[in-house]
Amino acid sequence: MSAVTTASQHHRKAAIGAGASGALMLAPAVFVLLVWSVVPLVLTLWYSFQNYNLVDPTLHGFAGVNNYWYLLSDPDFLQSLLNTAILVIGVLVISVGGGTLLAVLYDQEFVGRGVARVLVISPFFVMPTVSALLWKNLMLHPIYGVYSWMMRAVGLTPIDWLQRFPMLTVMMIVAWEWLPFAVLILLTAVQSLDAEQKEAALLDGAGPVARFFHIVLPHLSRAIAVVIMIETIYLLTIFAEIMVTTAGGPGVASTNLAYLIYSRALLQFDVGGASAGGVIAIVIANIAAAFLVRAVARHLEV
Amino acid sequence: MATVELKSIRKTYTSEEIIKGVDLSIESKEFVVFVGPSGCGKSTLLRMIAGLEDISSGDLLIDGRRVNDLAPAERGLAMVFQSYALYPHMNVYQNMEFGLKLAKTPEAERREKIMAVARTLQLENYLKHKPGQLSGGQRQRVAIGRAIVRNPKVFLFDEPLSNLDASLRGQMRVELATLHRRLGATTIYVTHDQIEAMTMADKIVVLQKGIVEQVGSPLELYDCPRNLFVAKFIGSPPMNFLPGTVIAASEEQARVRLASGQEIVVVAGGAQGLIGAAVTLGVRPEHVRLGHAVENRGSGQVELVEYLGSAAHLHVRMQDGALLVIQTEGGVRVHADDAVTFSFPAERCHLFNSEGVALHRRSSGRMAA
Ligand SMILES: Nc1ncnc2c1ncn2[C@@H]1O[C@H](COP(=O)(O)OP(=O)(O)OP(=O)(O)O)[C@@H](O)[C@H]1O
Ligand SMILES: [Mg+2]
Repeated sequence: MSAVTTASQHHRKAAIGAGASGALMLAPAVFVLLVWSVVPLVLTLWYSFQNYNLVDPTLHGFAGVNNYWYLLSDPDFLQSLLNTAILVIGVLVISVGGGTLLAVLYDQEFVGRGVARVLVISPFFVMPTVSALLWKNLMLHPIYGVYSWMMRAVGLTPIDWLQRFPMLTVMMIVAWEWLPFAVLILLTAVQSLDAEQKEAALLDGAGPVARFFHIVLPHLSRAIAVVIMIETIYLLTIFAEIMVTTAGGPGVASTNLAYLIYSRALLQFDVGGASAGGVIAIVIANIAAAFLVRAVARHLEV
Repeated sequence: MATVELKSIRKTYTSEEIIKGVDLSIESKEFVVFVGPSGCGKSTLLRMIAGLEDISSGDLLIDGRRVNDLAPAERGLAMVFQSYALYPHMNVYQNMEFGLKLAKTPEAERREKIMAVARTLQLENYLKHKPGQLSGGQRQRVAIGRAIVRNPKVFLFDEPLSNLDASLRGQMRVELATLHRRLGATTIYVTHDQIEAMTMADKIVVLQKGIVEQVGSPLELYDCPRNLFVAKFIGSPPMNFLPGTVIAASEEQARVRLASGQEIVVVAGGAQGLIGAAVTLGVRPEHVRLGHAVENRGSGQVELVEYLGSAAHLHVRMQDGALLVIQTEGGVRVHADDAVTFSFPAERCHLFNSEGVALHRRSSGRMAA
C-alpha cells in the first residue's frame, strides 16, 4: 500500500516537473501568439476610445464612446451592415444552391466529365483582385466587354451593370469565385454516398426527385453546413472585389463593413472611428461564428 | 406467389461477356441459392433480375410477363444488400416506411404493416433508433423488414449474412429459413457460404465464369455432381481427387488403377468406352472408411490430424505421394506419422472423364430413395 502511495507521489512530482519545464518550452510560442493576436486587438480597442485623426493632430485624447456613437448613428454604417448581410446571404444562397445542383450533375457519367470538372473548379484559383478586374474590364465593360459585345451583336443596348446594380454585380462576382469551392466540397460528399443506398431507394420506388430530397440532400447536410460556415467567415470580410470594381460606390451603395472601415481609416484618416468599426466587426463575426459553430456541431453529432 | 424465368440471359460489359447465357426457371415459393466462386457473376445476375443492371440480351419473365424494360420498383421485388444500405438519417420506422410512403399507402395502413413486421423481427423496441445505433444483426433485421413491408413477389438477397460473425450468422440463417417458410415468397439468395446454400436452398444454382454448371437440390448436388467443378465446390472439406486409368468396365461398374498401383472398383455406368483412358476418381472425406478391408483398399501415413470435436480430419500421404483427407468421428486415436489403412466404398466413389464430366451412377441408395 505504502509502496503504491510513494510511487504515485513520485509520479505526481515527476508530472509537475514535466509540466513546469513543458510550460517553459511552450513559452516562446505562446508569447509570439499573444503578441500576434492580443496586441492588435488591444490596440484596436484602445484607439476606438481615442480621438485620433491623422489630418487633425490637434484633436486627441480620450473620446469616450464618441467614436461608437458617431458610427452607430451614421446612415452609411447601417447601409454597410445591410450590404454586408446582403452579400453574405446572397452569395451563400447562390453558391450552396448552385453548388449542390452542380455537384449532383457532375456526379453523373457523361463525356468529358474530367475536363468539365477542372473547368468548374478553376475560378477558385484566380485571386480576388484579378477576377474582379476580369469581370469589370473583360466581361462587363460597357464599351469593350464581352457581355456588352454580345448584347450589341443581337441588337440590344448593354446595361452598365456596375453603375446600375452595383451590389448585385459584386454579389455575382463573389459568387462566381465561391461556387467552385462549394462544388468541390459537395462533389466529394456526393461521391461518398453509398451506391447501394441509391439502389435501395430505386427499389423502394423513389424517382430522381425523391432520391434527391430524401437520400442525397440529407447525406449532404453536413458538407453544406461546413461550406456555409467557411464561406461566411470569408464573405464577412470581402474587400478586394469591391475595391477593384466599385470602390464602394456609387455613394455607399456597395460599401460593406470591411470597406467602410478601410474608407474611414485610409480615405478619411479617422483612425479612432475605423477602430470602432473594427471592434463592431469583431463582435459581429463572433456572433455569427458562435451561431454557425453550434449549428454545425449539431449536424456533426448525428 | 410468383415464378421467375431466365431465358438465355447475357450480360456484356464493354466487350467482356460476364454472364454467358443463363437459363433458369424458378417456381413459386421456391428458395433458390446462387453459389459460385468470387467474380463468377452471382451479384451481376441478381442485379439484372432486380433491374439495377441492364440485360444485354435474353428475356426475364416474372409471373410469365417480360420485365426486361420495367423499372426496378415496378417489378414487384425487394432486395437486401450486403451492406444493408439502410438510410442513415432515418430511424428504423422511417426506413421501413419510405417505400410505402412513395407507394402512397395511407398512414394508418403503413403503421399497421410496419408494426406487424417489427413484431415478427423483434424490432419493436428499436423503431426510434437510427441505423448507426444498432448492432449488425439488428441492422440486418431492419434491412429484411424494409424488404418485407412492401409485400414483394420476389425477395432478392445478396450475401446478406457475410458481414456478421459466425454465431450470429448461424442464428440469422435459421431466422431467415423460418421467415421464408412463413411468408412463402419466392426467394433468390446469393452466397458463397456453402453451409447457407446447403441448409436453406430448395434449389442450388452453381455458377462458374458466367455459366450455370448445375442446378439441383442440395442433396442432388452432393450425391451426383455433374462435373469436377461442382464436385469440388459442394461439400466441406472438399472431395478428394485421385488420378487413375480405367482397366476394366461393365454396365454398372468400372475398375480403376490409381497411380499407386491400387485397383479400385467404382459404381459408374458407361465406362466401357473409356478402357485405357485417364480418369479422375473422386471420393468425399466423410466416405473413406478407416480400417482393414478386402476390396478397394488403400494405405498411407498420417501427416496431420485436425480434431474438430465431433469429427477429425486426417491428412494422409498415400504411397504414390497423393494427399488424401479422411473424416472420422472425433474420438479416433490416430496421431501424426501413424500408418493407416482405409477403403473406398465402391458406391460412394465418383468417376470423372478427362473432360471433367461425371459418369452416370446407376445405383445409389440415396438416389433410389
Ligand atoms: N460495372 C462493371 N464493369 C465491368 N465489369 C464488371 C462490372 N461489375 C462487375 N464486373 C465484373 O463482372 C464479374 C462478376 O462480378 P460479380 O460482382 O457479379 O461477381 P460475384 O459472383 O458477385 O462475386 P463475389 O462473390 O465476389 O461478390 C467480375 O469479374 C467483375 O469484374
Ligand atoms: Mg457479389
